[in-house]
Amino acid sequence: MRFRRYLPVFIGALLIVGFQVALSAAGATYYMTQITMSAYYALVVIGLCLLMGYAGQVSLGHAGFFSIGGYTSAVLTTCNLIAWRDAPLVAWCRSLGLVFERQDLYGATILSFSPWPAFLAALVLTGLIAFLIGLPVLRLKGHYLAMATLGFGLIIYRVVLGARLFGQSDGISSVPPFPLIAGLQVNGRSAFRVQNYYIAWAVVMAAMVLAISLVNSRVGRALRSIHQNEEAAHSLGIDTYRYKLATFVLSAIFAATGGALLTHYNGSIGPGEVTVMKSVRYVAIVAVGGMASLWGALAMGILLNFLSLRGVFGTYDDVVFGAILIAMMLFAPQGLLRVPRLRLLSSLLSRRSHG
Amino acid sequence: MVDVLLETRNLNRFFGGLHAVDDLSIRVPHGAIQAIIGPNGAGKTTLFNLITGVLLPHGGEVFFQGRPVTAWKPHAIAALGIARTFQTTKLFPHMTVLENVMVGRHCRTRSGFLAGMLNLPRTWREDREIEAKAMAILEDFGLAAHACEPASELPFGRQRLVEFARALAMEPSLLLLDEPAAGLNIYETRGLAGLIAQIRSRGVTCLVVDHDMSLVMDISDDVVVLDQGRKIAEGPPRVVQRDPEVIRVYLGDGYA
Amino acid sequence: MDLTQIVQYCLSGITIGSVYAIVAIGFNIIYNATGIINFAQGEFLIVGAMTAVSLYQVVPLPVAILLAVLITTLLGGLVELVFIRRVRDASVLQLIVITIGLSIVIREAMLHIWDEKVRSLPYFTGTSVSTVSLLGAHISPQVIWVLGVSAVVVTALTLFFRFTLTGRAMRACADDRMAARLCGTNDRWMVTLSFMLSAGIGALAGCVISPVTQTQYDMGAPLAIKGFTVAILGGLGNSIAAVAAGLLLGLLEVFMVSQFQVAYKEAVAIVVLLLVLVFRPHGLFTRREIGALRAS
Repeated sequence: MRFRRYLPVFIGALLIVGFQVALSAAGATYYMTQITMSAYYALVVIGLCLLMGYAGQVSLGHAGFFSIGGYTSAVLTTCNLIAWRDAPLVAWCRSLGLVFERQDLYGATILSFSPWPAFLAALVLTGLIAFLIGLPVLRLKGHYLAMATLGFGLIIYRVVLGARLFGQSDGISSVPPFPLIAGLQVNGRSAFRVQNYYIAWAVVMAAMVLAISLVNSRVGRALRSIHQNEEAAHSLGIDTYRYKLATFVLSAIFAATGGALLTHYNGSIGPGEVTVMKSVRYVAIVAVGGMASLWGALAMGILLNFLSLRGVFGTYDDVVFGAILIAMMLFAPQGLLRVPRLRLLSSLLSRRSHG
Repeated sequence: MVDVLLETRNLNRFFGGLHAVDDLSIRVPHGAIQAIIGPNGAGKTTLFNLITGVLLPHGGEVFFQGRPVTAWKPHAIAALGIARTFQTTKLFPHMTVLENVMVGRHCRTRSGFLAGMLNLPRTWREDREIEAKAMAILEDFGLAAHACEPASELPFGRQRLVEFARALAMEPSLLLLDEPAAGLNIYETRGLAGLIAQIRSRGVTCLVVDHDMSLVMDISDDVVVLDQGRKIAEGPPRVVQRDPEVIRVYLGDGYA
Repeated sequence: MDLTQIVQYCLSGITIGSVYAIVAIGFNIIYNATGIINFAQGEFLIVGAMTAVSLYQVVPLPVAILLAVLITTLLGGLVELVFIRRVRDASVLQLIVITIGLSIVIREAMLHIWDEKVRSLPYFTGTSVSTVSLLGAHISPQVIWVLGVSAVVVTALTLFFRFTLTGRAMRACADDRMAARLCGTNDRWMVTLSFMLSAGIGALAGCVISPVTQTQYDMGAPLAIKGFTVAILGGLGNSIAAVAAGLLLGLLEVFMVSQFQVAYKEAVAIVVLLLVLVFRPHGLFTRREIGALRAS
């Protein structure tokens, strides 16, 4: 009853498993790599869907949040503090197990942060930055947030491209794997391909469960009401500003999670992840999938990113997303599933619950 | 028990050169139905916007239950127990009728982001209560049959009712009704009068702005007449009806 | 820095600043008429310059520029007719998203038509090394062209909006579309006209700055950001302030570069943008009155 809204999660899980079995049987497990990557990109899209479809705000800088997550993890896990080994702060971190010694590629001993604290630091940092940006800008009309996030994304791009700490145009590589629990690791080696496929999907499904729960809760209703008629929502006692800010920060944290995990998966991250085009891409995906449809956004996210990663769009990659944006806004501003002919399909999928 | 529920003192608001609300002081007693009337442009909706915090006054104060609430944000005013309906119905078009009313329960409930995301058991009970109360209100208004329909698909008169139901779901002490009879036919208007009386009998004080004289004279205890932002008359309906200034303002000099 | 250097930097800053100002005015014209932020604004400059470069191969320079401006003006009108007008009941946000998509598509089109080579128009008078002496500083005559053309554009627009019937009609539409319509103004045509005007002045600015900064297919986006920063800095919709703000940003950029690394030149505009959005979103020169800014 209450849990009917989670039904698609189970269906999704079945599809995921079925897909894996089929690919393994066909000996085509290399597709799983791109699907895994698409899954991590989809985390950004889920958060952005909450922001755009429910809180009604456009962010043109989500690639920036993705990258703060990724770069923070990368920097912390690849930095070498060996020279400061005995400094009080470092020693304290060592005693807590935050920092540990390991061998790098060349066999030298380096001292860097372990992946878990780095991951948490990445999330906290991203949340903080999103909070600081949203705090002044969300008081203003919608397009000011669009511009501010665009500017923010551009600054992150410049910083990442310009500072030696972030590897400039080469980015950061040799990012170590991320050991989760019980021997599960996030890394890109082909031996771990299937394992990572499931890890990525587990994270995505967990995010979907959180998002679906939120959307169907009192807060989700409030968000929808803000999106559909802000003045009325305000008059009913909803602090629209606080809700928008919270949703913005939440969506940034989702993006950072995707960024950090993908960085460990790929073993590297580069400035190509921070571009405006990437941010536009995420917006286009949410627009196509359906502004307020989490499943639509997820499906489109996987599909479009997968196609893009496989090179199906060729050199026209950017244009495709640009054209999608235009087409969506012109013909189906509520997303494909709200177009009247497809209404039956969408009503079958959602009925009383939302997602 | 506070005697005067809502009070404004010397409220002023300008729009450029236009003095929309001019030194306006009114008092709404607890449990009353008070009406604010006046020709178009008299400043009635501006007054509502000033009371509910949508607009900032350029002078003067607003008191609710004795507390100064001037320039509070709209959501804070609502949380105090002041609800309003709008001149043009502002429902949430893509949400069902029931959901619209459920949003009205928002300020009386508490589950936040974390509880929502994790679907904690304590939210289950709260959600059931919200739904039950909303459904009860819909039944009172005779809208239960429409509960699962998208709000935008209802006929206009019913949409109005949904907006009332939503406002009442807040359990307000004061309800501001902005032109509730606008667009209603004569039967609907009569039904409206009964509705407002019913609302008052539940303990909700009502402040009504409208043009429909029959409605206003029928239900109000007290009437305040505005013209160009200023109060020109006030008193029981019969008295105000005969006030020469009021007649002049509505009908012109020839009739005074 | 001695006086000559300061004068040099100032002129440099004013030059590029006046281009930013023109882009900002383009933003303002469309914003005033429609409430939309046209993300594709920067592309108009590049399209204009590139078209002029190609046309210059067959016709003399002044004709090439004139034709380029005309073509870009028509392009602006086309964009409005095809993409903006068709959208019914669109929220402002939807329209902004469309212009983002448009800027991407136009940029790709330019890449395929003109490839990624850097091109430029020749100097209008003189050559790349000729100089004119002004207040002790040596500047290229092109700088005089840029300043001159910018001044003419701003003056012409001011006169247009103030004294011509069409200009006043556009202002009326911007103020209250329904009322203007009721007075007999064809408001949809006014919107199209606003796009055409913005495109036209953009193209002109692109042509006149091309010899100095060179032109490449992807320069539209950075220009748009800077133009937008200037528009916000002056107060969105306020074109007189945009001129002052443009000059201010140009000077700021130039002096930043003189003190710090060139790499951070791009960052100046963005930092200014963020600062303005955070601290004074209604702009330096406009009073806070604007209720239109607040979200509710």
